[in-house]
Amino acid sequence: MARIGVFTCWCGENIARNVDVQSVAEQAAQLPGVRCSQTHKYMCSDPGQKLIRDTIAAERLDGVVIASCSPHMHLKTFRKAAEHADLNPYLVEMANVREQCSWVHSQRSRATAKAVDLIRVAVAKVRHNRALEPIQVPVTRKVLVVGGGVAGIQAALDIADSGVPVVLVEREPSIGGKMAGLSETFPTLDCSQCILTPRMVEVAQHPNITLHTCSEVEQVEGYVGNFRVTIRKQARYIDVDKCTGCGQCWNACPSKKTPSEFDYGLGKRTAIYTPFPQAVPARPVIDRDACLRLTKGRCGICVKKCQADAIRFDDQDELVSEDIGAIIVATGYQLYEIGKPDGQGRVTGYGEYGYGRYPDVISSLQFERLVSASGPTGGEIRRPSDGAVPKTVVFISCVGSRDNAKGLSYCSKICCMVNAKHTMLYKHKVHDGQAHVFYMDIRAGGKNYDEFVRRAIEQDGAHYHRGRVSKITQEDGRLIVRGVDTLAGEPLTIAADLVVLAAAMRPATGVEDLAQKVNVGYDEFGFLCESHPKLRPVETNAAGVFVCGACHGPKDIPESVTQASAAAAKVLLMFSRDRLYREPEIAHVQESACAGCFACRRSCPYHAIDPAEIRDRQGQLVRRVARVNPGLCMGCGTCVALCVSKSVDLEGFSEEQVYAMVESLR
Amino acid sequence: MPQDLSLDTVEELAHARVQDCYQCGKCSAGCPIVERMDNLPNQLLRLLQLGRIERAAASAAIWECVSCMTCTTRCPKAVDCAGLLDALRQLSIEHGFASPAQRRTILFQRAFLDNIRRNGRLAELELVRQFKMQGFLDDLSVPQLFKDALLGPQLLRRRKLHLRPRRVKDRKLVGRIFARCQANGEKP
Repeated sequence: MARIGVFTCWCGENIARNVDVQSVAEQAAQLPGVRCSQTHKYMCSDPGQKLIRDTIAAERLDGVVIASCSPHMHLKTFRKAAEHADLNPYLVEMANVREQCSWVHSQRSRATAKAVDLIRVAVAKVRHNRALEPIQVPVTRKVLVVGGGVAGIQAALDIADSGVPVVLVEREPSIGGKMAGLSETFPTLDCSQCILTPRMVEVAQHPNITLHTCSEVEQVEGYVGNFRVTIRKQARYIDVDKCTGCGQCWNACPSKKTPSEFDYGLGKRTAIYTPFPQAVPARPVIDRDACLRLTKGRCGICVKKCQADAIRFDDQDELVSEDIGAIIVATGYQLYEIGKPDGQGRVTGYGEYGYGRYPDVISSLQFERLVSASGPTGGEIRRPSDGAVPKTVVFISCVGSRDNAKGLSYCSKICCMVNAKHTMLYKHKVHDGQAHVFYMDIRAGGKNYDEFVRRAIEQDGAHYHRGRVSKITQEDGRLIVRGVDTLAGEPLTIAADLVVLAAAMRPATGVEDLAQKVNVGYDEFGFLCESHPKLRPVETNAAGVFVCGACHGPKDIPESVTQASAAAAKVLLMFSRDRLYREPEIAHVQESACAGCFACRRSCPYHAIDPAEIRDRQGQLVRRVARVNPGLCMGCGTCVALCVSKSVDLEGFSEEQVYAMVESLR
Repeated sequence: MPQDLSLDTVEELAHARVQDCYQCGKCSAGCPIVERMDNLPNQLLRLLQLGRIERAAASAAIWECVSCMTCTTRCPKAVDCAGLLDALRQLSIEHGFASPAQRRTILFQRAFLDNIRRNGRLAELELVRQFKMQGFLDDLSVPQLFKDALLGPQLLRRRKLHLRPRRVKDRKLVGRIFARCQANGEKP
């Protein structure tokens, strides 16, 4: 005989306004199996919870129904209260009489009747509830950080400093990411490399960090606390331990024509190279597509020059396996491809801006390299076509961003500040030059950000024009920029020497592949989805996988760093216990009935169902059945709906319970 | 029966949504004849957004538009700006907002279309005759009547003026094209 207690909450006026709580409580007391029925003005308050605890003890209740708000709000609260009264928390159910009743109905009598029905359903369910125990899973205290930009570096250092080992995987030959290529940073104009490179060196020297450069995540298996990650280390053709980074090899390399990735094609590099002088690790890499020895079998000058005998032309890709407890994805961004050649000699995208056709139309990251002391011009602003110092420079905002027709609907957030910074850096180097900015809105929300933009206008004399540029043409070596100043209500044509396009931020290439490997969702643009935009901003819906930096959405350096530290804190929080506890409301296969069709396995969005072999005592294989991995199952119930033989059920939400709920309404 | 001057009418005529416009100004920046406009295309759009249809429809700028469609093509929000200006011209005609100078533009356009309808291609002398006569009947201005007379010899020399009209063979087909265009323009 069930002894169920029903506790109906007034929620101040929230529920009581449209529902006759007293009448509900009286009617609930009459439901089969209900031992007692009580109300409280605020059931979630301390006195309310005490009422629940005391009643459970006094009436020796074996099931509890709380009629109040959404379980998303307070299910945890009430389950904890029951646990304190020695009642298994999974014997507590909630009837949502606020969001799904009082808030959405106005007719009191009918809302009251519906509230009673909701409680009736919950009571019918709780009569079939079983006591459940949380699932315990062991934790491997080691973290994988994917991406060695500023976010990945911050996360890796925070975690490593707290004593937890970190595996940092970076696709490029050096860590540092986009930030390493910036000249100066807003809003302080401090040198980007000066603040980043010490952190990079720290990563290289940290005893708790294993760094894999030229590497990508090949495969991720397992589940929270127990991932097994395979990393593909691309052949570097250099023995990193023997190499001293002296530079003899790249100074002698005769293949000097490859456009430098680090300078975004503005400069050239050799086939054996380090991307930039402060690269970490400070070891070169051989570009297998440019090296004369690897492509044509000739040359080998670097071998002769190398005194450390570190060149390895027979180097092969290598697969490294790591046991990992948590994963932080920090793969960062790339710029929107402004002018895409369509293979037939035409340029799509922003064809009217002539990017890719006119050498003096460049992207904002290319401009960073032009200004940077380590850049192709040694920090002198000289335009790519003829090396002249540009006297008029036009900066264009929102190239790709906020452009539904051609690019992306979202605001890339950093470009307003980037443009302001660029006008200042330009003015500081070319005193008699004039910077123009075309913008739609100035979005400079942030500490000292708006002041920074005003400084660019008021002190450094940048001309800001509200309006978009429609077309750029080339005449006599100058770029004719046709725009408009909508505030003046006048079309505006500027003859410029250099045009800088602030292209939109997009997630790095291949982020979708990685997201699928770690089961993290991504939006239509490829940005990774957080678990909750406000309250769980670095968690994802895949347990044990966290995001930070620009792979999650457009953001600047301070925000990326903040988020990276937040992700690190979340990982350390997870590791603060020896074992992880998970909700036990997951799928369970009744193996004696399973026919082994594996429809469930194919449909499971979390890859939580594995085939298991049933063997007899002699070890002979009897048959294969589906088995749920309790570490991975999220309890969505897709498998339950699909199972033909009805041999999968969801703990805490069994078919028996659901049928009883439906039946109770007859 | 003139259509009423509401934003709904404009949007229905143009099959465009005015509120989509976020006033970036790319339409004005790219417009080849923007220097001749009293209101820039983006300003016309703004007037429409504010519901000031009459002011937009009475603007001289809508008669300067040559329907090159650059604004529509480059609009980042896919607002059919040229189509909206077309709708404004239609409303302007129906409500008689056009100034005398603009009325001549309308007369010319009507005479031009009429000519094409009849001949299938342009018969220049016929067009000049029809346009000048109707213009004269409208404002009785003698200077206007003879204003372009000196262009005649030049046009002749450059073979832009054909004394004998050349017509297309299948003029019924032209009639059907016109019929279909007008059916599309009507309200469903």
